[in-house]
Amino acid sequence: MLMKKALGMMAVTGMLAFASSAVAQDKIKIGVSYPTPTHAWAAGMNWHAEQAEKRLEKLYPDVDLILVNSPDPGAQASALEDLVSVHQIDALVVLPFESEPLTDPVLNVKKSGAWITVVDRGLSQPGIEDLYVAGNNPELGRVSAQYMKGRLKDGDNIVVLRGIPTVIDNERFDAFMAEIEGSGINVLDHKHANWNRDDGFEVMQDFLSRFPDIDAVWAQDDDIAIGVVAALKQAGRDGDGMFVVGGAGMKETIKSIMDGDELIPVDVLYPPAMIATAMDATVNAFKSNGPVAGRYILGATLITRENAENYYFPDSPF
Amino acid sequence: MTMMTASEDNAAKSAKRFSVDFKTLGPALALLILCIIGFLLNPAFVSEGNLTNLLTRSAFIGIIAVGATFVITAGGIDLSVGSMAAAISGVMIMNNAVETLGTGVPTVLLGCGLAILLGIGAGWINGALTTKGKIEAFIVTLGTMGIYRSLVTYFADGGTLSLNFEIRGTYRPVYYDSFLGLPFPVWVFIGVAICGWLLLNRTAFGRYCTAIGSNEAVAKYSAINVDRVKTLTYVIQGLCVSFATIIYVPRLGSASASTGVLWELEAIAAVIIGGTVLKGGYGRIGGTILGALILTTIGNILNFTDVISNYLNGTMQGLIIIVAVLLQRSDWKLGKSGKS
Repeated sequence: MLMKKALGMMAVTGMLAFASSAVAQDKIKIGVSYPTPTHAWAAGMNWHAEQAEKRLEKLYPDVDLILVNSPDPGAQASALEDLVSVHQIDALVVLPFESEPLTDPVLNVKKSGAWITVVDRGLSQPGIEDLYVAGNNPELGRVSAQYMKGRLKDGDNIVVLRGIPTVIDNERFDAFMAEIEGSGINVLDHKHANWNRDDGFEVMQDFLSRFPDIDAVWAQDDDIAIGVVAALKQAGRDGDGMFVVGGAGMKETIKSIMDGDELIPVDVLYPPAMIATAMDATVNAFKSNGPVAGRYILGATLITRENAENYYFPDSPF
Repeated sequence: MTMMTASEDNAAKSAKRFSVDFKTLGPALALLILCIIGFLLNPAFVSEGNLTNLLTRSAFIGIIAVGATFVITAGGIDLSVGSMAAAISGVMIMNNAVETLGTGVPTVLLGCGLAILLGIGAGWINGALTTKGKIEAFIVTLGTMGIYRSLVTYFADGGTLSLNFEIRGTYRPVYYDSFLGLPFPVWVFIGVAICGWLLLNRTAFGRYCTAIGSNEAVAKYSAINVDRVKTLTYVIQGLCVSFATIIYVPRLGSASASTGVLWELEAIAAVIIGGTVLKGGYGRIGGTILGALILTTIGNILNFTDVISNYLNGTMQGLIIIVAVLLQRSDWKLGKSGKS
């Protein structure tokens, strides 16, 4: 009796194992893990990930994309374990919550034999990922400064509103200052506005009270730029060729660039849609005959009235 | 601790008007010193435009802090105000009446009415859970803080809610227009402050708040309906949050998960800088208003100078808050010795 039962069990488990390996073989499973959206940019990323999932699964019926978002680094680490043990993924696209705590969990996924694509935030050890997809923070600063140099002349004054004090903010700011140097444009002062509309409004109000002559504003970010514009309009200083350069690619900003707004004439791209780029490239690693591994650094495109339409997604929350 | 209660009793016994005026001196002195520093750093600090900006900006925290003065005086605490403000602004912006009522004044009024109802409701929930549910106010409001904050994230789908463009045109003057040289938010601030002062200092309700904050058990034996008074303090807090939201929304016409972050701590800081005792039993509306002004002025002055590294802004804010309270506390002792 016992023997028979045990044999039966073995047969069943053997069949199950066979079945699951068969399923795993005919579907390419790709896990996509990123932080739970709690701010507009991340919400945009979530939207673009969902769009890419629909599009890619329709294009390749044998590709299964599994999107998971996690509210903190610990939860993301657990989510990665589940993707390996439950879904047995063939590839992972991951935007790490924080570099340090997620390096080991991603390394474990790598050890399971999966392809690894890291998005935006690098891991703290080199060589784990097969593909790295990211925006370009120094380039964002440089492109913004180049636009300023094109519009302003020697002796003109600008003010700078920065983000939250972080590496990202420093990279953007340092590159901007390096590019501005020697152009004769005066940077009157720079203050942190924390990538936030309210802070942008208040810091700009104070800049306006403090400096009677400001010719342009580098707000670095579209949310800050919205606060800056409100402050300029309140003080009645939005005329005389004054302009504001933001960054990221918020849909409202892009819309107003398309409509020919003079106060925010351009925007510099740091798109949440980079998650879709990463998903595309990861699928290509299985489908394309071209090599995919390497580093894919997006350009910080200058969005003007001419090309704005290509970057406008009216349904995205960002 | 015992020293403090003793001096409170002293203060309550002594002539009310005199002690109130004298104790206002601490925070007022701190504010005056701040203004002088601001002027020395940059004379543009005292320009009419900047002073108007300062007052208008103080209105949000100031109005919320008036409500917080009642809650804290009655021995409670409310950590949910920032999230509550965000959630209420979210609901106001999502107001769907545009199609039926158009983009005129009725829709705006409906939004404001909704905000007030929500504020009262949210405050009542905090109050009822604290009194009937017998849970510490800190935990109740920590919980509702998370709930209200995630609600606005949910409403906005993780992004930002923006006000309909035409309605913004109708509603905008509430923040940007002035009456007799003072912007409307400042008038609302003044109105709320006067009502708050009268309520705390000239009514039985105000005395009940103080009594409950000093000693809840004694208040209960004195036939005060403790639960009702405490719940009412949270309702007043909710109402103040609605007023603050009503003047906040027309400023930028948007709400997101980052709206009102840390307002609760700023409001509590304003209350304490103003001389109200954190453990309850002694409250001062006048001081709270000065506290709110001091907090806004610090941020303003830091924007007016590049002498201090940006990275040290938090240090300066912390230092000035501590010094302001220090000034006010040492003054307190002086007042006591003067009377005895």
